[in-house]
Amino acid sequence: MAAPLTLLIIVAVTIRAVLFRSSLAELISERVEVVSPLNAWKRVVEGLALLDLGVSPYSGDVFHETPLVIYLFHFVVDYAEVVFMIADGITAVALYLSIQTYNKNVFRKQKYALESDRYPADCLELLRSPKEMFYIPLKVAMFYLLNPFTILSCVAKSTCGLNNAIIALFILCTLKGSALLSGIFLALATYQSIYPLTLFAPALLFLLQRLYIPVNLRRSSFWFFTLQYVFIYVGSLVVITGLSFFLLGSWDFIPSVYGFIFSVPDLTPNIGLFWYFFAEMFEHFRLFFICVFQINVFFYTIPLSIKLKEHPVFLIFMQIAIISIFKSYPTVGDVALYMAFLPAWSHLYRFLRNIFLVSCVLLACSALFPVLWHLWIYAGSANSNFYYAITLLFNFGQILLVSDYFYAYLRREHHLTHGLYLKKEDGSEATLVLK
Amino acid sequence: MAAHRCGLFLVIILIFSSLAHPSSCDTLEKADGNVGEKQGVSDAHREVNADGSVTGEDLNERQWQSTDVELDRSDGTEDSEPFRPAPAKDEFQEELVIRPLHSGDIYASFQFRTLWDTDFLQEGQKVSHYRLFPKSLGQVLSKFSVRELHISFTQGFWRTMQWGQPFIPSPPGAELWVWFHHTVSDVDGNWKELTNVLSGIFCASLNFIDLTNTVQPSASFKPLGLGNATDHRFLRYATLPREIVCTENLTPWKKLLPCGSKAGLAVLMKSEKLFHSSFHSQAVHIRPVCQDDQCTNKAWELRQTLNVVFDLYTSGQGKREWSLFKMFSRTLTEACPLASSSKVYVDITDNPEGELFELSPATSLLSQAVVLGDRRTYSVYDLTRAETFGQLRSLNLLLRWKGESGDMLRPLLHAERYVAGFGLQTGEIHTVIYNNHPYRAFPVLLMDSVPWYLQLYIHTLTVTSKSRDNKPSYIHYQPAKDRHRPHLLEMLIQLPPHSMTEVTVQFERALLKWTEYTPDPNHGFYVGSSVVSALVPSMVAMNTNFTKDQPLFSSFVPVKEESSYFVRVYTEPLLVNLPTPDFSMPYNVICLTCTVVAVGYGSFYNLLTRTFQVDEPSPPLAKRLANLVRRIRGVPLLT
Repeated sequence: MAAPLTLLIIVAVTIRAVLFRSSLAELISERVEVVSPLNAWKRVVEGLALLDLGVSPYSGDVFHETPLVIYLFHFVVDYAEVVFMIADGITAVALYLSIQTYNKNVFRKQKYALESDRYPADCLELLRSPKEMFYIPLKVAMFYLLNPFTILSCVAKSTCGLNNAIIALFILCTLKGSALLSGIFLALATYQSIYPLTLFAPALLFLLQRLYIPVNLRRSSFWFFTLQYVFIYVGSLVVITGLSFFLLGSWDFIPSVYGFIFSVPDLTPNIGLFWYFFAEMFEHFRLFFICVFQINVFFYTIPLSIKLKEHPVFLIFMQIAIISIFKSYPTVGDVALYMAFLPAWSHLYRFLRNIFLVSCVLLACSALFPVLWHLWIYAGSANSNFYYAITLLFNFGQILLVSDYFYAYLRREHHLTHGLYLKKEDGSEATLVLK
Repeated sequence: MAAHRCGLFLVIILIFSSLAHPSSCDTLEKADGNVGEKQGVSDAHREVNADGSVTGEDLNERQWQSTDVELDRSDGTEDSEPFRPAPAKDEFQEELVIRPLHSGDIYASFQFRTLWDTDFLQEGQKVSHYRLFPKSLGQVLSKFSVRELHISFTQGFWRTMQWGQPFIPSPPGAELWVWFHHTVSDVDGNWKELTNVLSGIFCASLNFIDLTNTVQPSASFKPLGLGNATDHRFLRYATLPREIVCTENLTPWKKLLPCGSKAGLAVLMKSEKLFHSSFHSQAVHIRPVCQDDQCTNKAWELRQTLNVVFDLYTSGQGKREWSLFKMFSRTLTEACPLASSSKVYVDITDNPEGELFELSPATSLLSQAVVLGDRRTYSVYDLTRAETFGQLRSLNLLLRWKGESGDMLRPLLHAERYVAGFGLQTGEIHTVIYNNHPYRAFPVLLMDSVPWYLQLYIHTLTVTSKSRDNKPSYIHYQPAKDRHRPHLLEMLIQLPPHSMTEVTVQFERALLKWTEYTPDPNHGFYVGSSVVSALVPSMVAMNTNFTKDQPLFSSFVPVKEESSYFVRVYTEPLLVNLPTPDFSMPYNVICLTCTVVAVGYGSFYNLLTRTFQVDEPSPPLAKRLANLVRRIRGVPLLT
C-alpha cells in the first residue's frame, strides 16, 4: 500500500508545485473563499514585516495568527511553499493511517459481533468486506490531496493547511490510542483556532472505549482517566500559551487572535454565515447574536456526544464538519478536511437521501462564488446580495450533506440491530420513520 | 538710553551713506551688523537688519525710500509711547500680500498677528483681562493647557505646480494639530473636549475628530513656537478631508479679530467674494514666541491667516487685470485703529522694469524679503499713513497686465498622490514626490494617516527613485486598530537631485457594518492628504536673524539655518470606494441567515431526539370518527 500512497503524494506535490510557479498562485491567494483574515499568507508576511520594523504584530488589526506560527515562519519564510506542501502531505498520511487503524477496529468489532451472532440474518449485505475496505484509506488521502479545495488552499498558502495537519495528527494519535500525544495535538489545534476544543469529547470517548472503560459517572476508573486526559490537555494548552507569552513578551495575542475569532470585527466576505449577517445587524442586537452564533458551534457537542458515544470517530467527523460550517471565518480548506472523511463512510451510500442534490448544489456554488464575486466587486453589475445568496446556499448544502450522513449512519446502526427488511405486524413491507 | 541713542544715530548715518553710495550697500550691511553686535543694543540692531534686508544688491534706477519710512514709523511709535495708559502688553499687526500668479490667478494672503506677553499656562494665575487677544481662545488655551494650536479650514486644493508654494500651507478640509503642555495627564480626554469646544467656536464639524482619525506623528509636526518638545505623546493631529468650508466658518473667524470686519484689512472679507474663488483657506495659529533676539520675554502669538486664490483671468473675459474692488468688491479706507502696523504688499518681483504690468496707484515704498528660498520684491502700501489713500480717501489697488508673463520656476518640492488598481477588493496608494532641484539631494519626511477601513500592508511598501530602490532611512509605522485608530506611516526619504520618487503601498478595502457608512456610501470615503515636510536647499541665504519688524508672511516658520528653508507640501486627499452591503436588507438578511442556521439546528435536533420506528400509517379521519361513534354506541369497531 505504500507505493500507491507515494505515487499519490508525488502527483499532489507536482500539481501544487506547478500551480505555485504559475501566475494563478497570486490570483488564488487573493480569493476570499480560500483565505480569511485569520489565515491569509499576506497577513503572515505583514506580521513578519511588522516584527522586522520593531512593531508588535498584534498592535494592529491585520495579523491574527498565533505567536508560534509567526515564529515558525520567521525561520522558514523562504521555504513557505515547501512547508505548506509538507503540511498537506502530513495531513494526508495521518488521515491515511488513522482511517487504516479505524477500519481495522471496525472490522475486528464486526468479526466479534458476527461470531457472537449479534447481527440479524438479513443484515449480511450491510456488513463491510475487507476487500472494499482495503482502498478506503487511500481514497481518503486522495480525497484530501486532490480535492480542489485543498489544492487552492495550499497554493494560496493559507495557514488553514497547518491547522488541518495538526487536527489530522490529533486524530491519528487518538486512534492509535496515545492519550498524551492526542492531548498535546488537541491543545495545539485549540491554540491555533479555538474551535477544535469540541473535539475533546470524541477523543475522550474513543480513548475510554479503547481501554474498555465504560462511561459511568460512578466509576472511579472513568474519572481517573478523564482527569488524566484533561490534565494532559490543559497542561499542554498552558505550556503552549505560556511559551507564546515568553516568545512575545506580552499577552497581546489573546485579544488579537481569540478575541478576533469570537467577536467577528472583520466583515470581509467569506464562505461563512457571519460576515453579511453582522454587516447588516442592528447594533443593539449584535452582542446577542454573536453569542448565539458562537454558542451554536460549541453546543452540538453535548447532544452529539450522547447520541454517538459508541461511535467516536463518526463524532469527530461530525464535529469537524459543524465547525467548518458554523465557524466565524471559514475557508474552503476547512471544508476539504471533513470532505476527506467521506470515503470512510462510503458504506452509508445506500442510505443517503439527497446526495445527488447536495453534490449539485455544492458544485454549482463553488463555480458561482468567483462569478458573483466578480460581478459584485469588479464589474459592479451585481451587489453584495448575490454573493451572500451563494454563501447561504453553500452552507445549506453543507448542512444537508452532514445531516444526511448523520441520518444514514443512524439508520445503518438501526438496521444492524433490527434487521434490514422490516415487516409490519401484518407482514407487509414497513417504512422506517423518525419518531 | 544713551546707548540706544548712539545706536540710532549710527544707523541713521549708515543709512544715509548707503543712500549716497548704493553700490556699496553689501559691505555696509555687514558693517551694520557688526556695529549692531558691538553695541549690543537689540533695538537698534533690529532696525539695521530691517533696513539691511530692504536694501538689496540690484539697485538700478529706483530710489529706495523705505528707510525714511521705517524711521518715521519707529519715531512715530516712540512718540506715541507716552500717551498709552499702560505699557503695551499686547500688539496687533495686519498685513495683506497680493501675489499675481503665473497662471493668471491672484493670490491674496491676509495675516493678522496679535502678540501678548502673558502666560496662559501659569499655574494659580488666571488670565482674566483681555484686550486684543480674543477671550474665547484664551480661555480655551488655559483650560486645556494647550502649548500650541494650529487649525485650518480649506476649500479647494493648492496647486503647487501652477501657483508655487503658499506662505502657509494647508490641506483641503479641516486640519487641527495641537501640542499640549507636558503637565497634561489625560491628553486624549483634553483633545476630545478641545475639539468639541473648537467645533463650537468655529461652527465646524470638528466634533467628528475622534480616536479613529487622530494620530500622533513622531517627526512631521514639531512645535513651531518656543520650546523644542519632542515627546509626541503630547501631540495630536487630525484632518477632516471631507469638511466643507463656508460662510459660517468665516464669520466666527472674523470675530476673533480686534477690529472685527469693521475696519482695517478685514473689511475686504466679504464672504460672497471670498468663496467665489479657486482656493480658500483660513487658519488660526497660536503659539508661544520670543519677543526679542535673546528670548528674554515670551509672548503668545495669535496668527490668523486667510489665503485666497482668485481666478480673475477666466471671469474677466480674458482681460488680465485686477483691482481690490474687483476681487473683494470693497476698497480700503483705513487701517484698523488698534493695529500697530497695517500694510499691503504687492509682489512685483517679476516686474522689475514695469514692463510686465502696471500697478496703480504707484507707491514709492519698496521692500525686499527672503521668503520660501527666494528673494522677492514688494511694493508696500502702509495703511497707517494718510498719503496712502490719496485724495479719494480710499485705496483701490489696480494692476493691469501689459504682456505675457514668462514661465514660472518649478517649485523645488512637489508631491501628488493617487489610488491605483480596480475593483473594490484591493488597491494601491501611490505618492509621487518630485525634487526639482538641479543638483542638490535633500531628505523629506512623508507622513500618511490612513483610516482603519483601508488595511495597509506595510510589507508591500516600495520607495523608488530613478527606477532604483530607495530605502527610507527612518520608518515609523503604527498599524490601525479596527474602529479605534488609523494607520500612521512616517518615513524619511532622501530625494536624489532632479528626480521623481514614488512611494507605493497596497491596501485592502474592508466591508463595514451598514451603520458605519456615510449617508452617500457610493460617493466614497476620503483619505486625508499626505504631508511632505522638508528643509529645502535655498537659492539665496535665508535670514536667520530674529527681527521684529520683518513682514509677517516671512516670519511664520522659524528659520534655523541660512542654507535651507522649511516647506510643507500637502498632497491631494484621496477618495476611495468601499464595497457596500445592501442597505435595504437588514431584516431579510437576518431572517435568511437565521433560517439556514435553523435548518441545521432543526435537522440535527430531529436526528438527535427521535428514534427510528416502523411507520404505522394512521387510519383516515372518516374512519376514526366512525370508530369514535361506534365506541360510544358500543358496536364493534371498524378495522
